[in-house]
Amino acid sequence: MTNASETYALQISSLAKTYKGGFQALKGINLSVKQGDFFALLGPNGAGKSTTIGVITSLVNKTQGQVKVHGYDIDTDLEKAKSFIGLVPQEFNFNQFEPLMNILVNQAGYYGVTRKVAIERAEKYLKQLELWEKRNVAARTLSGGMKRRLMIARALMHEPKMLILDEPTAGVDIEVRRGMWDFLRALNNEGITIILTTHYLEEAEMLCRNIAIIDGGEIVENTSMKALLSQLDIETFVLDLDCKDKQIELENIEHRVIDDHTLEVDLSRKQTLNQVFEQLSNQGVGVLSMRNKSNRLEALFVSRIANKKSNNKTKKPAGVEV
Amino acid sequence: MNNSIALKSILTKETQRFLRIWVQTLVPPAITISLYFVIFGSLIGSRIGEMGGFDYMSFIVPGLIMMSVITNSYSNVASSFFSAKWQRNIEEMLVAPVPNWVIVAGYVGGGMTRGMLVGLIVTLVSLFFVDIQIHNIWVIIATVSLTSATFALGGLINAIFANSFDDISIIPTFVLTPLTYLGGVFYSISLLPDFWQGVSQINPIVYMVNAFRYGFLGISDVSITTAFTVIGFFIVTLFIIAMTLISKGIGLRS
Repeated sequence: MTNASETYALQISSLAKTYKGGFQALKGINLSVKQGDFFALLGPNGAGKSTTIGVITSLVNKTQGQVKVHGYDIDTDLEKAKSFIGLVPQEFNFNQFEPLMNILVNQAGYYGVTRKVAIERAEKYLKQLELWEKRNVAARTLSGGMKRRLMIARALMHEPKMLILDEPTAGVDIEVRRGMWDFLRALNNEGITIILTTHYLEEAEMLCRNIAIIDGGEIVENTSMKALLSQLDIETFVLDLDCKDKQIELENIEHRVIDDHTLEVDLSRKQTLNQVFEQLSNQGVGVLSMRNKSNRLEALFVSRIANKKSNNKTKKPAGVEV
Repeated sequence: MNNSIALKSILTKETQRFLRIWVQTLVPPAITISLYFVIFGSLIGSRIGEMGGFDYMSFIVPGLIMMSVITNSYSNVASSFFSAKWQRNIEEMLVAPVPNWVIVAGYVGGGMTRGMLVGLIVTLVSLFFVDIQIHNIWVIIATVSLTSATFALGGLINAIFANSFDDISIIPTFVLTPLTYLGGVFYSISLLPDFWQGVSQINPIVYMVNAFRYGFLGISDVSITTAFTVIGFFIVTLFIIAMTLISKGIGLRS
């Protein structure tokens, strides 16, 4: 392990995976995640996110390339590398008939944690994730949100330094989701590196500092969330207005009147909200509240995937003259 | 990494599993064996007379105990490991730094525990029907331990290859049961014509049943040394196969 490796929780180089049957899920990706980062790995269905996670956690055999976890190569120091990782998979993968306490205590045991310590940790995480009352019931009796939280508790039982969550809030209601966000933020603040895949782009935008977008087995974007969002040209805001029977007109600002009280405005990077407020004020219209209309990351995500598809279409097939 | 804690955790999980469903795992063998004693021992056995110098009931007791041990150690691992694959909770172990030999030893240990516990239950039930004598306790312990380990390994290999619940019932139904019934549980193979005695000698269960019977009654159709050599050969071979399959991730990793 080198000193440079010590600053990285995860280093992936030239990672490729071809499944039986010839499907190429990963085409030589490179990715690095620094220790303590909150990292988003985004991509459409079938892009290669779960395969990447599968290789890191040794559930999928790679075809070629190198993966290091906290500097430990999974080819030569697999057990050491595994000890740093906590995995929250996409599918429920615990024994549905086992009580929660047994699932957690046994899981800790696989990492060499003594039963006494495991019971203390299980109590801590079950209480933090509001599952303590259910500790002795079979896992199949839990709701979907509870099952997701159980998998987070299970992944933390050996106190990993890197937590990988594959769509942890899928199918979870907004209240529970927000509770899980707070919990994950607190873990990250304690120094745990978090790698997150999600379909809720708002989730990635709110939680993550760095982001990679994967599509068709290739990394199409790998940057900081801030840098990515700064590439947005237009942002849409929704304004709740305090007005009655007024015809609203805004000069040089794209806008749409949705109803008597709602206005949508599109601002370019050169325009400011002050210009909107000033014009509305001049017309005797007050602004009660304001919010972003759409998820900003979503627009970028769609554009990156669309760019890749159009690039692929314009590539000349080898050996064909046009 | 403390492998003994990981091993203990798998063993605990496996034991908790079959104890949690004790009505399915521990009660049926006791009922089945009682029926064998009533039908083969009391009703039919009384007309057969002696076999190998012992009354028929005493003669079949070791074989019946061994039959239960074989069936339960095999089906415990086959069922548990396949369920873990099917529910994907086997991934709990695969993502953890658990060496492959610990996974194999944990599941095999679970199968042995159930096999031997059922063997003990069947032995206790048999006390209602016959007085059990013990010729050599160490041979009994060694045989039951090694036999349960052999079939637990067999169940594990079956589960590794299985893709459906049907796949874990095919081998017990079409291979294990015929081999057990033809393995000298109910008769001495010395009663068979020469040709069939020869055929019986390629049935590993013959060696296990006879070694076990030797431990109780002091009689056997085969040499005890040969019996332990055969059992040892099967354990080593099946262990190597199981380790190779798990190391390669057959049926476990994409």
